[in-house]
Amino acid sequence: MSEIVFDNVWKEYGDQIVLEKISLTIAPRAFVALVGPSGCGKTTFLKMLLGEEAPTQGQITIDGVPLVAEPGPDRGVVFQRYSVFPHLTVLGNVLLGKELRAAPVTARLFGAARRAARDEAMALIAEVGLAGSEDKYPAQLSGGMQQRLALAQALIMRPKVLLLDEPFGALDPGIRADIHVLMKRLWHETELTVVMVTHDMREAFTLGTRVIAFERPRDRPEERERYGALLSRDIDIWPPRIAGAPLSNTPDQDDLVTPLDHGQDDLAPTQGV
Amino acid sequence: MRWINRKPGPGVRTMLMLAPFVLLVLAYGLGSMARLSDNPSDKLLPALGTMVDAINRMAFVPDVRTGEYVLWSDTGASLGRLSIALGLSTLIALVTGMLVGMLPYVRALLAPFIATISMVPPLALLPILFIVLGLGETAKIALIVIGVAPAMIRDLALRVQELPREQITKAETLGASSWQIALRVVLPQILPRLITSLRLQLGPAWLFLIAAEAISADSGLGYRIFLVRRYLSMDVIFPYVAWITLLAVITNFALDRLRIAVFPWSNLEAR
Repeated sequence: MSEIVFDNVWKEYGDQIVLEKISLTIAPRAFVALVGPSGCGKTTFLKMLLGEEAPTQGQITIDGVPLVAEPGPDRGVVFQRYSVFPHLTVLGNVLLGKELRAAPVTARLFGAARRAARDEAMALIAEVGLAGSEDKYPAQLSGGMQQRLALAQALIMRPKVLLLDEPFGALDPGIRADIHVLMKRLWHETELTVVMVTHDMREAFTLGTRVIAFERPRDRPEERERYGALLSRDIDIWPPRIAGAPLSNTPDQDDLVTPLDHGQDDLAPTQGV
Repeated sequence: MRWINRKPGPGVRTMLMLAPFVLLVLAYGLGSMARLSDNPSDKLLPALGTMVDAINRMAFVPDVRTGEYVLWSDTGASLGRLSIALGLSTLIALVTGMLVGMLPYVRALLAPFIATISMVPPLALLPILFIVLGLGETAKIALIVIGVAPAMIRDLALRVQELPREQITKAETLGASSWQIALRVVLPQILPRLITSLRLQLGPAWLFLIAAEAISADSGLGYRIFLVRRYLSMDVIFPYVAWITLLAVITNFALDRLRIAVFPWSNLEAR
């Protein structure tokens, strides 16, 4: 399993303190949603977990092992943009992880090994609802389909942790609701701990088992540089969602219809934690 | 309707496209006629017919001394030099550009050096090249490579650095090593740009080729132009210039078609 522990983590860029005193334990198979106003360090938090950034102080461990300071195959990621490779087809994008793992020098598979990997990739492509689009390039796909592809591409590595950086932020509400259903199913069916950064409160409460909010308690202009964001709220969703045991009668899904005059994007700031 | 919103139809577009070319030939014809009516032995603006004769003589009648068809042997010599030089430049630019773009250590080592080298005027180096490498093919090819490669290296290195950081990170989370990232993520995305970079360097490459051939050669399009200049043979020079231009235009077009044929995805993104 994969327990992620943040032990008194600080992050500073030069004089600017971004995050302070982050101590946090993320249980295996949790689905953690990170929310907070812009510029409060949500993405920095995710980057540290990804290994792109190292904490200035403190330590991050996964299963007790300190995190190496570069991204690796145990942590998959889906960004809002640029998650898929424009020069590879849908199939090529999903296949890439298998090829990289199996062939260190050529990074390509041939013959029987390729056929086996191809079958697995095709199954995963069908799983995320992209069957029939295998030979298309990402530029020929809609935004929602590209994000489905990015999920499939990350999941073929069977990562322990999946990191999502506002993955569905650029999609319109209908498409977003569809992809939420997919995301939930993948989380139930795969051995995954998910950490998701989102601007969308509704998304956070729809998908998460736990919602964590970052906030700068001292946000006056003269204070802004020397005080970073803290972990201000930590809410466990009730009734608890348990990975692998989908519930049918809880508010597990998006509303079927979003009122036209009250889009989801409008809700987040007014409800701001 | 505003002019920015008016678009020509296909027929008008073709006419507009051809108009400047037709006008140029027309203006030349009129100028030539005016001069020749004053002085029938004028050599500056020979009549189109005289040029056709010259083309015929250069391209389809074997040279009395060597038995060669001069235009074709000149073209072969020039294109041979050009393709070796551009091939070398492309290879150097690809390898160096990727190393500089991808690896911070190589970037720290080479980027300022290449930026400096690319500021040296290549033609100022030509005497040095002739002294050091002799008057043969090597010096000419070296001049083109020195003139063209630094710009291509810098262009490619910048393109590599412009690849979204997310893509590199994504590849890392798929378990890719630096070598695998170079091979499967950076190289395929940089190759279309390499072709475009090569297209942009065709002009400078021809410039350096003609310059080198003008100074020291015994064949080649540049050599011929500068040879017949002594006899004021404008009837040969004009067709040669047009021929060089045509060759460059065809190469430019063919390279772009090649890019779209080999990397179909590289044309999808521009939408």
